[in-house]
Formats: sequence, C-alpha cells, structure tokens
Amino acid sequence: MPSRIVTLTVNDADHELIATPGLTLLAALRDALGLTAAKRGCAQGTCGSCVVLLDERAVPACLVPVETVDGAAVRTLEGVAAGGELDEVQSAFLDGFATQCGFCTSGMIMAAEALLADNPSPSRQDVVEAISGNVCRCTGYEPIVAAVLDAARRRAGRTA
Amino acid sequence: MARLFGRGYAAVNYPTGMNLGGDPSQALIHATTTGTFVISLSSVDLGQGLKTVVAQCAAETLGLPIENILVDTADTDTGPHCMGTFASRGTHRIGNAVIMAATEARAVLLDVAAEELEVDAADLETDGTGYVKLKGSEQRKIHITDLAMAAHFTHGRTISGRGVYMKDKSEVVPETGEMDPDSCQAHACTVAEVEVDDETGIVEVLAMYSVYEVGRALNPAMATQQVEGGAWMGISHALFETTEPYYPVRDHGPRDFTEYLMPGAGDIPVQHSVLLERPAATGPFGAKGIGEMTANSPIPAIANAIFDACGVRLEHMPFTPERVLRGIDELHAG
Repeated sequence: MPSRIVTLTVNDADHELIATPGLTLLAALRDALGLTAAKRGCAQGTCGSCVVLLDERAVPACLVPVETVDGAAVRTLEGVAAGGELDEVQSAFLDGFATQCGFCTSGMIMAAEALLADNPSPSRQDVVEAISGNVCRCTGYEPIVAAVLDAARRRAGRTA
Repeated sequence: MARLFGRGYAAVNYPTGMNLGGDPSQALIHATTTGTFVISLSSVDLGQGLKTVVAQCAAETLGLPIENILVDTADTDTGPHCMGTFASRGTHRIGNAVIMAATEARAVLLDVAAEELEVDAADLETDGTGYVKLKGSEQRKIHITDLAMAAHFTHGRTISGRGVYMKDKSEVVPETGEMDPDSCQAHACTVAEVEVDDETGIVEVLAMYSVYEVGRALNPAMATQQVEGGAWMGISHALFETTEPYYPVRDHGPRDFTEYLMPGAGDIPVQHSVLLERPAATGPFGAKGIGEMTANSPIPAIANAIFDACGVRLEHMPFTPERVLRGIDELHAG
C-alpha cells in the first residue's frame, strides 16, 4: 500500500502529513506534529491515556489509522487552554489534586471535555461512565470524578 | 440468594526507610543570581509529590516564599547521592537532607544580609514574603533578589548549603534482640464495608474508612490522596489484580490490560479518611513515611468483611467470585 497525504485540522490549525499504511492518529500527533500530551500507554485502546477529540468525540488515538480520518478536526490537550488560560476542567483538576504522576491526565481531561460538551450538567454516574475507559493508577479516581463535577459547576457559573 | 453485608477492619504499623547497609540521602542547595534557590537531588518524584514536599521544607527553613524554590530531581549522574524512592523513605530522608542544606544556606543568607544592612546577623529575621529584615524595623530590610545579586557581585559569596540524612545501619543487640531498623513507624487502621452476592460471588466494597497517624502531614491534601490512592491499590489487590490467578499453575494469566483487571472509576467505594499527627522526633517537621503502607490494611480489612458477611475465610488474593463461591459451597457441604 502506498503512503497517502492526509489533511488534519489539529487544535484549529491545518496540517498535511504523510500517512504510511497503518500509521495511527496517536503516532501522527506525537511523532509528526510533536504534540505529546496524548500518551502511548497500552497501544490497544484499553487504558485511555491517548484519548483525544476526533470531530468532538472522545476516541483512543492509538486505534485510529490516520488515513481513515482525512479532513477530520482533532483536539488534543494542547488545544484546550484557549489563549494560554486553563479552562474549567484543567483548573478543576489542578485545584482538586486530580493528578499525581500525570500519565492519565491528558486522556482524563479530554474524556471530560467530550462529556461536558455533550452534557453540561452530568451526574456522578455520567462522569464515571465517561471515564470508564481511562485507567488511573495513582489517585483512586475519586479526585478525578470530583474535579469533573466541579468543572461542570464552574462552566455553568461562567455561562450563567 | 442474597446480598450479604459485612464489615471488617485491619490495622498496620509501618516502618519508614530501611536497614541494609545504612540509608542515606543527600541534598545540595544554592541560590542563583536572582535569588532562586535550586535544590539538587538524585531522588525521583514518580508522582507521589516529593518535589512539592521538599520545596515546602526548603521554603519553611529558608523563610522564603515557595515560589523562590526550584527542585531539580532525578539526575543520578550529576546529583548528590540518594538511595532511591522506595521503602516509604522519600519525605523523611530527603526532607531531612533538604532541611539541613537549607539551614546551612540560611546562615550564609543572613550573614550576607548582615553585611549589606550593616547589622548583626543574629538580629535579622525573614518575613516569609522574600525580605530579610532587622527585627522590629520596617526600614532596614533587603529583598532576596537584591541580596543574591549582592552576594554574587559585591561579596563574591555563594549562598549555598549541604545536607545529608544518614540513617546508620542498626545491628541487633544479641542479648535482647533490640534494634532501631527504621527511625520511626506510622500507624493506620482501615474499616471496610462490603456486600457479598452469594449467587454470583461478587464482592463489592461499599465504603472504606481510614485513619492514619502520619507524624505530621506536611501537605494534608497530598497525604490524604496517598491514603485514598493507596486504598484503591489495596482494593485492587484484594479483589481484582493478579498475574497468576491459579498459582502455582501458571495458566490463564492475563496478557494485557483487557485481561488484567483493575477497578475503574465505577468500582470505587466512598472513602472517609482522617489524618492524625503525633510528630516523630526524627522526622522533617515530624513527618513519617506513609508511601507503601496505604495499600496494605485495605486487603485484610476486606477479607475480614467477607468473613463477616458470609462466613468464608479467604486466604488467597484476589478474592475472586470463584473463590467466594467455592468457599460458600464448602461451608454448605460441611
């Protein structure tokens, strides 16, 4: 199979890159574009550390062949802080000690962003389900669940 | 068929550090030209928060804002020696070394300030906002940035300090068996409340209550997080994780994250955690190590809760549905 030229809009900027057969979206982001917030944990879609938004849906980037998403819009953690200001989810994670070693944090925040975009006032159960594909080995999850609920309240307060 | 409620508890005493050939860690600290104090360590922060805690120790000792502290860790080629991040030793050993280094640096800091302000160093104090000033005076003071510049370019001084915490190897007294292997011990108790489904064998942890005597919680939020994150690991060890489910037979071992089970966000109980503080004489500001112990007491607490719920005494982890059901069958057969 030949390589293809693929166009992606990543964090609002257009990029063209060479997609060798089977090149994953994660590899394209990390190796071609230098966006290393999304982490390569299991490389089989079960740990969630590589979650990014693909056309506003949370997906594990390690399972997406980049040639299949030509023209898509991708948002990574690097594109969350508009104008260099932490957004509500990031601020809530910071203030709520929702990160320890940090390896899961990028995926957790992107999963939370997808949830809150779809459901601005989630229940605890909604949050738990939204991050059910994301593994954290440090926190015991409680600070993360609390931070996502806190972020929803902060965002509601800002738009009210 | 029913969901059976049970409650169990377990307590743990846990040593801080180790007792092989001695247990040292070293720290160096120096001021840059603009008054940032760089702490050089070989020690590793792997997410437990060592950098935060030693920065607190240095800021408190120097009498400076924490923004003036920069912690440079984990270069074993160039940093002062550290035994490592293990044995619940980091906060205690490295915190002590950093306090010692910062104490030496503070003496130099006050010495240079005394020359700049033309007063006696013993009459100086730090105000915690970045100034060194003459006690009782609002006028005779100098900011740490100006002080560091003066040290470098006027006085030709380095504002620096060396620290080492050395826990000597403790030999056993042959006659009595006495020894001091660990400097201090932290203590904890955990209560677990579970429900056991006697049809499926599934154990659900409903709530977990933990009390930890930590010496001094240098950073209460992070100490609480260590307690609760560690409890998650304990729950995982008790109910989910194993690499050899039929040990010593090695069949059916998990090969990846799809088969190696860990509790997710939906499997966690409500946790209630309390910290008690009885400062340790050897600890940095009294702190003890609570790294590893936090994963320990949840396991026997859950085992005891299962026994309380259904009478099954499980002795092999994890307490899988299969083991619970086999235990219930044995009870009924007996």
